[in-house]
Amino acid sequence: MSSILEVKNVVKQYGDYTALNSVSLKVPKGSIYGLLGPNGAGKTSLIRIINQITMPDSGEVILDGEKLAPYHVQHIGYMPEERGLYKTMKVGEQALYLAQLKGLSKEEAKKQLQYWFEKLEIQGWWNKKIQELSKGMAQKIQFVVTVLHQPKLLIFDEPFSGFDPVNANIIKDEILELKKKGSTIIFSTHRMESVEEMCDDIALIHKSNKLIEGKLIDVKKDHRTNAFEVGILSDNIERLMYELTQQFTLEQTNFKSLNDELKLEVQLGNATPNALLNILTQNGQVTHFVEKIPSVNDIFIQTVSRK
Amino acid sequence: MSVLSLIIKREFIAKVRNKSFIVMTFLSPLLIVGMSFLIGYLVNMNNAEVKKIAIHDESGIFKKDFKNTEKTVYVDLSAMPLKTAKDTASKNYEGMIYIPKVTDPKELLTKVEYISDDSPSMDFIMSMEEVIDHQLTQNNLKELGFDYDKIEKAKTNANIHLTKFSGEDSIKGLNEIKIVIGSVFGYLIMMFIVIYGNFVMRSVIEEKTNRIIEIIISSVKPFQLMLGKIIGNSLAGLLQFTIWAIVGVTLLIGVASFFGVQTGAQASIDPEMINAAQQQMGGTMQSYIKEILNLPLGTLVCCFIIYFVGGYFLYSSLYAAIGAAVDSETDSQQFLLPIIMPMMLGVYVGFFTVMNDPHGTVATVFSIIPLTSPIVMLMRIPFGVPWWQLVVSIVLLFGTFLLVVWFAAKIYRVGILMYGKKPTWKELYKWLKY
Repeated sequence: MSSILEVKNVVKQYGDYTALNSVSLKVPKGSIYGLLGPNGAGKTSLIRIINQITMPDSGEVILDGEKLAPYHVQHIGYMPEERGLYKTMKVGEQALYLAQLKGLSKEEAKKQLQYWFEKLEIQGWWNKKIQELSKGMAQKIQFVVTVLHQPKLLIFDEPFSGFDPVNANIIKDEILELKKKGSTIIFSTHRMESVEEMCDDIALIHKSNKLIEGKLIDVKKDHRTNAFEVGILSDNIERLMYELTQQFTLEQTNFKSLNDELKLEVQLGNATPNALLNILTQNGQVTHFVEKIPSVNDIFIQTVSRK
Repeated sequence: MSVLSLIIKREFIAKVRNKSFIVMTFLSPLLIVGMSFLIGYLVNMNNAEVKKIAIHDESGIFKKDFKNTEKTVYVDLSAMPLKTAKDTASKNYEGMIYIPKVTDPKELLTKVEYISDDSPSMDFIMSMEEVIDHQLTQNNLKELGFDYDKIEKAKTNANIHLTKFSGEDSIKGLNEIKIVIGSVFGYLIMMFIVIYGNFVMRSVIEEKTNRIIEIIISSVKPFQLMLGKIIGNSLAGLLQFTIWAIVGVTLLIGVASFFGVQTGAQASIDPEMINAAQQQMGGTMQSYIKEILNLPLGTLVCCFIIYFVGGYFLYSSLYAAIGAAVDSETDSQQFLLPIIMPMMLGVYVGFFTVMNDPHGTVATVFSIIPLTSPIVMLMRIPFGVPWWQLVVSIVLLFGTFLLVVWFAAKIYRVGILMYGKKPTWKELYKWLKY
């Protein structure tokens, strides 16, 4: 699949501090791309460069095959982490203004606004001032303003902070729908469960360097430890344990189940799952047998603390 | 519509719709006119009070020389003994003039006393001294055998006729008129810069605290936003100034004519005298008007516009940079001082040096330095300024303007994305290199 955004060896320095140290990324078209990293890793610096808010010291950014140019702002929708709206301006006027700044004509902007206001069921807000709205309501407007000009590339920095679960879900569904319509979405977030749930690809930035990049599933494969969680109801636990410890390293573990079984985490090493399964079936009733897939959270913590 | 005009439009509308802006626009002229009439009224009332002064004249020379005026009434208490007179005067009168008994009237030059618990005004003391001098001079003259009346008649009052080498008549007090006209223009520019520069700064800070700034500059260049802000706010300012001018002038004319008619009806001065006075006045007025029309008005107005634009843009881009550098208005004070200083300097140095000598070194230098030139040069223009100085001054102003805008835009670009910390001067310098 071709990539909509390509970041090539981008370097950004603030005085003596290096915010991005020759970072390269490829964001596949039509994907949801998770940009992960601890605070101060350089995510926001990178996003600002993609949005042409700041210029890289060296390196280049390619959007849809073209070198980034001023008119590309029309094709990017950006919801920054530090976000807000003019408090004393009316919702409708404000949205029209921001859409026009993105290059939409007034009529087109009105049409799009109508569509989104109906979709999110907020038609009545047109003449309200932002300061009259609750924080969650303002966030909805913020979302509409970001997607109004139908950008090819959407960048959300911590999109769910400030939303209650109901609204967060609405926004999540809208994002998934935008993806279906062909938009590419970049997420920058600390919330690993949303990454796990939504992202196709991820990149991990830490201390100004990119450490990991790839399809979520590939990254997970790279980080698999060949460990299995097993549950077994056995009459002869001693013999079972003896046979297992001969071949594998074991650890007591815990997971939710309906039985009062023996719960183990087994490190297979070079052995195959079948070898383990053989021993288990010979010694009792298997109730649980699952490969332990590393969570994004695990990978994140592992990678960041290793460096 | 281009992005810049969108921003200008938004800034203008946001400013004009602001409630405090509307209130200020329509209330200020009312307040100013109201205040000036209140002050006028109070001053009048202050003067209207009649002072009663007692006289205790033991010498008997001056009793009749202190003549009652509209504001002062003299009461002769010479018949009473000194002590009683003092008591009476301290209770019932403003003060008492005490003239002791002397053998030689000349001693009175130093011996007359004015007794009062209030300190008298300079005017009043001088008027008393004048009366004494007048009487004693007359005495001296008589002693020396001169006829006082003849001497009075022989006195002349010269009136030098001012003309130019071109042969035109010129009039006195022209310098004062010129400095007033120049100062009004210079002062207007300063007021405008201070008021609307602050508006620009506040608008920048507002976008920062609202956290909308990052959304905007992901669509437009920071420089466009800054420029749009400056222009939008200045248009709102011009509108406000125009409304002030119209409302103010209308009110002044309205109220003045109302009061004018009343006082005219009350005054019972001989109509012939008024006519004569008016003719004389009219003559002078005509020559004043002629002189004012002779001033380089075209140059003045053109220069006003040029310096207005240059000065306003120069300063308001600095205001914008400061707004971007700080998080709240309270933090801005430290950075505002260096901006206000040159303007104050311009107004005061300009006013005093230009009045003294419009073509003196200090006045000339200050009218060329870009930070003060919009104010000082305008004060000098009514006196006639060599072309080369105007050209140098304007070129320098616009050169500095471009430099400052470049510099301000850099600070602005970095500053708007910085939160939570009050920057130091050193950090601002670092931002220039980002």
